[in-house]
Amino acid sequence: MTEPDRPELIERYTANQRTQHWIVAIAFVLAALSGLAMFHPSLFWLSHLFGGGPWTRILHPYIALVMAVAFVALAGRFWKDNRLEARDWAWLRQIKDVVNNREDRLPETGRYNAAQKLLFFVLVVCMAGLLLSGIVIWRAWFSQYFAVGAIRAAALLHALAAWVLVCAIIVHIYAALWVKGSMRAMTRGVVTPGWAWKHHRGWLREIRKH
Amino acid sequence: MALQSLDIVRRSATTTPPPGVRDEHTGAVAKLIDTTKCIGCKACQVACMEWNDLRDDIGTNVGVYDNPRDLTEASWTVMRYAEYENPAGDLEWLIRKDGCMHCADPGCLAACPAPGAIVQYANGIVDFHQENCIGCGYCIAGCPFDVPRISRRDRKAYKCTLCSDRVAVGREPACIKACPTGALVFGTKQDMQQHAAQRVEDLKSRGFEHAGLYDPPGVGGTHVMYVLHHADQPQLYEDLPPDPHISAAVGLWKGAGKPIGLALMALTALAGFFHYIRVGRSETDERDEAAAAQAREQHHDRAGQA
Repeated sequence: MTEPDRPELIERYTANQRTQHWIVAIAFVLAALSGLAMFHPSLFWLSHLFGGGPWTRILHPYIALVMAVAFVALAGRFWKDNRLEARDWAWLRQIKDVVNNREDRLPETGRYNAAQKLLFFVLVVCMAGLLLSGIVIWRAWFSQYFAVGAIRAAALLHALAAWVLVCAIIVHIYAALWVKGSMRAMTRGVVTPGWAWKHHRGWLREIRKH
Repeated sequence: MALQSLDIVRRSATTTPPPGVRDEHTGAVAKLIDTTKCIGCKACQVACMEWNDLRDDIGTNVGVYDNPRDLTEASWTVMRYAEYENPAGDLEWLIRKDGCMHCADPGCLAACPAPGAIVQYANGIVDFHQENCIGCGYCIAGCPFDVPRISRRDRKAYKCTLCSDRVAVGREPACIKACPTGALVFGTKQDMQQHAAQRVEDLKSRGFEHAGLYDPPGVGGTHVMYVLHHADQPQLYEDLPPDPHISAAVGLWKGAGKPIGLALMALTALAGFFHYIRVGRSETDERDEAAAAQAREQHHDRAGQA
């Protein structure tokens, strides 16, 4: 029984989806911290979190592999909800209304809005780039099979893709804090009907149809 | 080990200057390898093993004199034997002692992410401090000469030290001491350049019109230099690069890319913070809940009518 002033909650993420998301998230944080330690000297102290420089170098690629595998599974689940549609471009053209919380002026969105979809594909591209370049520069196992030119290009690509990914995730985390109720969706799995109505009206209609 | 008499002028993954009040007024050092005098006896390889306590694994003969086949973590110098048929149709045996070139602008040091794992002394020697090495292998990617090697046993990078321990106490590198023909000489870089100039003049008078000194400017010059009979074609000497320089990819990756990338990451986070301060959160209130509930009723009504 739901009380009248406490509307029933809508499930946005199942327990399995949340688990997968947080496996990716934890692995990302560890991979990012260990990677940043090797990215810039001023962040080398982060290697202490992993037991020193050599341990950071040893662990980073294995953590990243966990992230890559978990991400493939997660992206597979969310792929169909992230296909870009015509209305997404209209939404993006009103990005000023988006960042200024004038959501009432925006076109209706489905389960994900255009920015979330773009982020999704940025993540897909970055993860693929990181995985492929990471294999080339993984000295302990694979570097001996590649020419030095390929290793140099891969090292540059790896740093670039990692940088884009870190920036994208900063935006992702901020957006989750910014849009109140999003955090609960990914921690407890539920949102209020009002949240769905305001942010993802198309999705709300869709689930009410069924 | 940082030897105090060899002051460090550059240190890997370090953004502030190392102690630099002392200058190398006595000049930088250099090893000169005169390929035109080399007889390929490998005494230098043996001396290197002996002084540095290195014993490489026994390899296999692959049909050439090169032994071992390549530089390894335990073979810091290797003689490379190139057979070159010159335009006159004669065979020339070009023998080059390979090893670290001790670049003035070292690509290994630029690429290294571990503070203090690679240092450059005021006298020009580039040295690896294995206790700080994390084993990532970026030095291999950074080196224009394909010199550093990572040990499969301890995952540390190794290469010729130019016997920094001997030089620090006023002695020549072990290979120099062992060379029976005077093909290897050691001294200040200036003296070695002068000595090389005399050698080049002599070689030219003997018909080697393209004889010259290999001290490539692309890496700021090197503290290991070659006298070559064919200085116009260094690639004849088992692929000695004609114009070595730090790769543009490495330059971007380890140069401008690092600080700019870091600054933009910080700016992204700051942009979020100030968005929060200026615009604030997007919140859902009772009106949204009421609207959602109303829409539900309408939906139900329509469903009922249908």
